[in-house]
Amino acid sequence: MSSLVLSTATRYLLPVLLMFSVFLLIRGHNEPGGGFVGGLTAAAAFALFAIASGVERARQMLWFHPRTLLGTGLLFAAGAGLLAVTAGSPYMTGLWTSFEMPAVGKLGTPLVFDVGVYLVVVGMVLMIVLELAEE
Amino acid sequence: MELLLAITVGALYAAGFYMILRRSLVKVIIGLALLGHAAHLFLFTVGGLTRGSAPLLTGETAGRVESYADPLPQALILTAIVIGFGVQAFALVLFKRVYQTIGTDDLDQLKATDTGS
Amino acid sequence: MHLIVLLPILIPLFTAAACLLLWKQPALQRVLSVTGAVAILVAGLRLLSTAAQGEIISVQLGNWPAPFGITVVADLLSSIMVAIVGMIGLAVAVYALFGIDRRRQSFGFHAFLHALLMGVCGAFLTGDLFNLYVWFEVMLIASFVLVALGGEKTQLEGAIKYVTLNLISSALFLAAVGVLYSTVGTLNMADLARSLSSADVRSVLSVAGGILLIAFGIKAAVFPLFFWLPASYHTPPAAISAVMAGLLTKVGVYAMLRIFSLLFAYDFAYVQPVFLAVAGATMVTGVLGAAAQTGFRRILSFHIISQIGYMIMGLAIFTPLALAGTVFYLVHNILAKTSLFLVAGIAQRFTGSDELRHLGGLYRERLWLTILFLVPALSLAGIPPLSGFWAKFALIRASMEAGHYLLIVVAFSVGLLTLYSMTKIWGEAFWKEKPAERPVPDKLDAREIRWMVLPSLALAAMSIILGVGAEPFFLLAYATAEQLLNPNQYINAVLGDT
Repeated sequence: MSSLVLSTATRYLLPVLLMFSVFLLIRGHNEPGGGFVGGLTAAAAFALFAIASGVERARQMLWFHPRTLLGTGLLFAAGAGLLAVTAGSPYMTGLWTSFEMPAVGKLGTPLVFDVGVYLVVVGMVLMIVLELAEE
Repeated sequence: MELLLAITVGALYAAGFYMILRRSLVKVIIGLALLGHAAHLFLFTVGGLTRGSAPLLTGETAGRVESYADPLPQALILTAIVIGFGVQAFALVLFKRVYQTIGTDDLDQLKATDTGS
Repeated sequence: MHLIVLLPILIPLFTAAACLLLWKQPALQRVLSVTGAVAILVAGLRLLSTAAQGEIISVQLGNWPAPFGITVVADLLSSIMVAIVGMIGLAVAVYALFGIDRRRQSFGFHAFLHALLMGVCGAFLTGDLFNLYVWFEVMLIASFVLVALGGEKTQLEGAIKYVTLNLISSALFLAAVGVLYSTVGTLNMADLARSLSSADVRSVLSVAGGILLIAFGIKAAVFPLFFWLPASYHTPPAAISAVMAGLLTKVGVYAMLRIFSLLFAYDFAYVQPVFLAVAGATMVTGVLGAAAQTGFRRILSFHIISQIGYMIMGLAIFTPLALAGTVFYLVHNILAKTSLFLVAGIAQRFTGSDELRHLGGLYRERLWLTILFLVPALSLAGIPPLSGFWAKFALIRASMEAGHYLLIVVAFSVGLLTLYSMTKIWGEAFWKEKPAERPVPDKLDAREIRWMVLPSLALAAMSIILGVGAEPFFLLAYATAEQLLNPNQYINAVLGDT
């Protein structure tokens, strides 16, 4: 099953969707959005690509196996909490720098946590979607 | 509004349990999903419906309880939805595997583990 | 300092994540898995040594104050359970080195084993009802994968039943959380306990209590909600069914102990008749179900149910001695049950079958395996001086003091029937002559056997130590029971003295 319309559209949609997912991730720092919904958007983008161009191509394009993303995400999320412990606060306390980044706002460990969530969601959803799509 | 939601919750529970009792695997998983939604909507309804209020109060409304909407039920539901999503996705993969390996989606055929053969 | 409470959750989390990243290096995964399990055990024992001094440590995650944030609490009960998780985790991780085939190991067995341990530890340590739900789900996802891992036909069938019933249980749990939140407005267990004892909305709360009883009842496999257990526990390889048999149903029992002693203690007389009936019926149906079975692990699966009945019996009587008996029983049962499942796994590797008619002649061929079976089996049946005897002794004495004579009769006869089941396994698997026809067993070299025997040897030794030197352990269990019956200490540790 290959559709010219879908595969052409996907070629342009994929980067836009991925960028939008990162936007959601960063925006979630202070506004509605966040790692989960960002991750879902990214996973949906890859799933769209898998539908348009086949699961094999999608796996190649991912660079990493989804479970690697899942593992890295877990390390990021749990590690972000540990940073607070090294500073003497209870686990998962948010640590903030005074540095203001344009469009993101103050940087802090919650952003690292959110990146972890993003990766976990992308990894987990793609693992399942690619598994289901493979016949 | 509460009444409407209560009826919906009841209908979802009924539909969920009905579907779980069906013999087809696909219907069972739809039933599980409906049951999950019923629980979420139930949590939403009993958590209290406040219309037109915000969870974060600033300015002149700050500190007034009557104009406060409790955000916690929504947060709980969101978490539960995320978890339910993960679990149901896993279940879907499992059910697909079962169908591929055993070649039937009729639960009545799946009795090897009960008869010990 | 407060990190110690979180370590039993964080260690398996990092181990599982690292195993995911090292997917292609099974050798490294094995090393990591065993190291991680050792670390959980060390952290658990360290936690227990702190809690044994009567201290309850609580941590507010993210530094959000108690009723609002997520609390992690380690009191005596939690610490004991976490230490046991460490032991079982280590035993199973070591057994799995050669007890789980390479194909399953390369499909992420170690990662999911540690995810399961993380879920179990999280459930034991959390001080928040909704968080408990989350840990239940973590546990559930990991155990789904473990049950189905390898994808054999019976495994998948068992997994379907397991998944469906446990998901229903989760949905019910969530509904109960909703009811509690709507009436009390908090989900922190300590805060709930404080508000509930002074609340005058008893009727709504009984609804919540009833739903929780059903939800945890499915998890703990009590009568009449146990049907998923014998349908699924014997299907996966021995290491997986051992860790599930040892730990998962006990999490349900733990949740009942915690919730009903902390939240509903003020009104316990209301639920007591239900608990008493459930305890008796669970014991009887479990043991009678076992009598009808012919598979080694199927018999053991049914015995899990009857043993759960004993634990519920202690909770139902609800005196310090009875609760101490339940705690002791939990520890004893986790050790004995895991050990028996591992022995069943070794026997299966020697004979190529789990069916009693194919087994046989093991006494002549492998005397040491016979001894390894006898210790936990007799312990399970309650023969002195093994650990099961003291657990049953405490429970029966407690019910004598409370005047539940019918329950004593039930407990005694179920003990006898347990002995009958164990004798059946003994006669069929070990004493009987080697049957003429038997499936072709795996070839095992001496090194593999050593590594598989080591964990069940250690668990059997623990069972003997727990029996012969029962005094200090029982005093610890008694202190745990007193802590459970005086929730104020727990509440103060979480909320601060107010």
